[in-house]
Amino acid sequence: MEGIIFDIKHFAVHDGPGIRQTIFFKGCPLNCWWCHNPESQAANPEKFVKINKLDGKEFRKKITVGYKIAVNELFKIISGDQVFFEESGGGVTFSGGEPLMQADFLYEIAKLCKQNNIHTCIDTTGYASEKTIKKITEVIDVFLYDIKLIDNELHKKYTGAPVTGIIRNLKCLDQNKKNVVLRFPVIPGITNTEKNLSEIKSFIKSLKNINQIDILPYHNISNGKYERFKKENKMSSAQALPDKDMNILKAEFESIGFNVSIGG
Amino acid sequence: MNTRIKKLRNQSLTAVTKLSPERAILLTEFYKKDIANQVSSRQLSGPVKRAMTFKYILENKKNCINENELIVGERGPAPKETPTYPEVSLHSIQDLDILDTRPKVWFRVDNETKEIYEKEIIPFWKGKSQRDKIFAQLPDEWKAAYEAGIFTEFQEQRAPGHTVAGKKIFQKGMLDLKKEIQESIAKHKSSNDSKALAKIEELKAMDIAANAIIVCAERHADELNILADHEKDENRKAELIEMARICRKVPANAPETFHEMLQHYWFIHLGVITEVNPWDSFNPGRLDQHLYPFYKQEIENGSLTKEKATELLQAFWIKFNNHPSPPKMGVTALESNTYTDFSLINLGGLKEDGSDAVNELTYILLDVIEEMRILQPGSMVQISKKNPDSFVQRAIKISKSGFGQPSFFNTEAIVKELINQGKTITDARNGGASGCVETGAFGTESYILTGYFNLNKILEITLHNGTDPRTDKKIGIKTGDPRSFKNIDELLEAYKKQVNYFANIKLKGNNIIEKLYAEQLPVPFLSLIIEDCISNGVDYNAGGARYNTSYVQGVGLGSITDNLASIKYNVFDHKNITMDELLKATEANFEGYDQLRHDLIYETPKYGNDDDYVDMHAVDVFNIFYDAINNKPTYRGGKLRINMLPTTSHVYFGSVINATPDGRKAFEPLSEGISPFQGADKKGPTAVLKSAAKIDHIKTGGTLLNQKFSPSFFKDDQSITKLSHLVRSYFKMDGHHIQFNVVNAKTLRDAQKHPEKHTDLIVRVAGYSDYFNDLGEDLQNEIIRRTEHESI
Repeated sequence: MEGIIFDIKHFAVHDGPGIRQTIFFKGCPLNCWWCHNPESQAANPEKFVKINKLDGKEFRKKITVGYKIAVNELFKIISGDQVFFEESGGGVTFSGGEPLMQADFLYEIAKLCKQNNIHTCIDTTGYASEKTIKKITEVIDVFLYDIKLIDNELHKKYTGAPVTGIIRNLKCLDQNKKNVVLRFPVIPGITNTEKNLSEIKSFIKSLKNINQIDILPYHNISNGKYERFKKENKMSSAQALPDKDMNILKAEFESIGFNVSIGG
Repeated sequence: MNTRIKKLRNQSLTAVTKLSPERAILLTEFYKKDIANQVSSRQLSGPVKRAMTFKYILENKKNCINENELIVGERGPAPKETPTYPEVSLHSIQDLDILDTRPKVWFRVDNETKEIYEKEIIPFWKGKSQRDKIFAQLPDEWKAAYEAGIFTEFQEQRAPGHTVAGKKIFQKGMLDLKKEIQESIAKHKSSNDSKALAKIEELKAMDIAANAIIVCAERHADELNILADHEKDENRKAELIEMARICRKVPANAPETFHEMLQHYWFIHLGVITEVNPWDSFNPGRLDQHLYPFYKQEIENGSLTKEKATELLQAFWIKFNNHPSPPKMGVTALESNTYTDFSLINLGGLKEDGSDAVNELTYILLDVIEEMRILQPGSMVQISKKNPDSFVQRAIKISKSGFGQPSFFNTEAIVKELINQGKTITDARNGGASGCVETGAFGTESYILTGYFNLNKILEITLHNGTDPRTDKKIGIKTGDPRSFKNIDELLEAYKKQVNYFANIKLKGNNIIEKLYAEQLPVPFLSLIIEDCISNGVDYNAGGARYNTSYVQGVGLGSITDNLASIKYNVFDHKNITMDELLKATEANFEGYDQLRHDLIYETPKYGNDDDYVDMHAVDVFNIFYDAINNKPTYRGGKLRINMLPTTSHVYFGSVINATPDGRKAFEPLSEGISPFQGADKKGPTAVLKSAAKIDHIKTGGTLLNQKFSPSFFKDDQSITKLSHLVRSYFKMDGHHIQFNVVNAKTLRDAQKHPEKHTDLIVRVAGYSDYFNDLGEDLQNEIIRRTEHESI
């Protein structure tokens, strides 16, 4: 079986416990305004022109973002870093894009990892059918689960998709006592409004088993990427939240009994 | 640090580095007046004469006791006043001018010194220095290869050294050693050994050398007593009296307190670096192990506090920093760009019974390293799987501050390397790494580095069928026109022949040089220190040590791997270009071949990305080099071994090579150690470590891996824990050494523009740290490029 991925990051240190290897799946059902990986959104490989500089001269080169890879081939790459996983308590993290969009491929590669004692994480929007989520829990150790906006209309406006299924799936994981770390992207004027924050807090308080949240500061490192990949950037003028405000936010989540880390 | 230490540290940092003629004058005086033969009616033996020279210098040199210091003894008349060694290598007036005026790493030479050199030193020593004798004896083929930049030679300006104090000297005094000498003399007198007489002469020389260092200490004691008599401050007076007491006790007797031990070692250190100018200075080695029994006992009986111990250690640190590496000459005087003399303090690792060696003092020493932030001594941590994580993490936190210390070594690899070379397990566990990354059995081994070996230059010569394209001289052998090669294996086969050819030339030269040192420049003082010179009755330079190893250091593994992979990928596998075109492009320094050069850099697989297609050639080259050198016999009765480290020779070696198939332009630096070429590693540190672990480190005597990190990797405890796991993973794969360079390019660029604002900026170069301002511009640029790359 083959899947489409667009990048592999070795020595990933922010995507779960220990030293990890992060596999970036291509394709996402959402198109969040603040997306850091705009090149991940389309499901199929895309052609871009890359410019390499050498001695002040520019060399234009057509490149393809995204490539097909077989399960066995990908496993070979993942298991190549096993010595680091074992030493650090790390493993593989499936990210994207949205890995659940390629659920069968994800299931196969994650299953192979589990069979070989490699710890698995998924970095997900949670946007998938309940059946998909349930099946994937067999082979995933930790869910890094995005929670962005509770209001369905706003969610649709800023991410292009409704939040209802995402909430349903999260509840399902909670009920099944899965290891979930919530991830809240703090987007100025969008997710960190008073209303949304209060809705998020009241929702996550209702979860029975989940008590960990990473709050992710917005930063505009991706502006260059939008230019490079010629995608519309709706956030080009947004500014990052000062550290001070992130710390206030951290305290707020802590006050409702959550373990909070900034940046994940 | 307290006010005293601050002042001493500042004195050391601001002292003007000068060339001192004192030693040269005393030495010349001794030989000119034929003092040796005045005291004896018969012709004295070489070793005895050398020992008497050593004693004469120590009896007559100016003593220096710096204000408020706790550990005494300077090699020159004042801190950073550095002597010369004309019997080893003689500076010309032109050399002195270069040293005085070169923009970096200068040694001020006053007119008086130049005059003495012109009138006394040069006329007497011309033709008599080891360097002159060496070059007179080396064959033409050696000189041709040397001039082409195929290899360098360590022993042409500095005497063999490359050794480290073992535990013996921390437990014995010179009087104990003198007893051992008498026993050995008695043993050899009654033996039938045909060399017994020579051995007895050597032992007599060692006895004189032991007396010499005792005299040196007593002279300091006398002066301290005089200072005490004139001292008005009661506290300082008491200190001076105590210091005088210590100098009368050590190194004659074994030390019994923490302070005594540091002073004891320091006299021995001074002895070693005054006798000759041995490579890699000298070094107390496993300092936390040697010092701990004294520390523990005194803390328990209340005669020492942690604060006092720290102050003494800081004072000890400053003594090292007062002693720059001796001034070079010739081409090296122009190019040599460091004051560092490569003393590398070892912390942690294993005790000789195989248990965890980390103790309370290890952590105190780490604090000292962090607080002192000076160039010398260098420091490293030995990390055994038995050492606690807290030790590793503490050490990583220090490297975060960006001055490149300590570096990280794999104790299990060091022990395995030493056992592989035939050392006992006890000697192996008492060993460590010194210099940059060189493995050694401390106190029992002479492990002499003989020269860097330019693996890439030999490929260039192979690609030109034995001719050096820079000079059109045929210096290699004919191994075929590369345009006729059908695959990479044929190229490798030709390369192997060239490597063997040049290795044999190098090794023949080594034997000539080792013989000259063994016969003409014995070191009876160093021979006292290293086991088993006394019981063997044989000098350190003649093979008296328990283990005798000579090393050749391979340079540019990353570059040659990229070059071979590029030829395989572009010429043979993908047929993007013919060999002929590729050679033309490199000869044209890629003028008019922009697109090709772009493809060679951006579209060709590179070493450092855990890609077997490329990395297999690192293994090929490593094995070719290893087979050409390893296990060959040496003049001193030891074995040859390899290690993989460059110091700064990757810059020099690059400067003698035209453009290369990896896209590198002519004369630019090569990769250093076993690190990837600057900017070639695109997949992060885990991939670099995996590539680097593909060669068999255990077969070497050390490899050097430099890994840059932006400061963000050190931001919190969790990140530091992950870095400690990264280091441990590399060591699990038998990696020998890794060091972190943590700086951002912006800071470095600013330092280039405004050096005055960054006088304290220390960066990791390759196996050692140095002041950024003291580096040559090309090396500065290279470090900036490396740093820019990692911060993307």
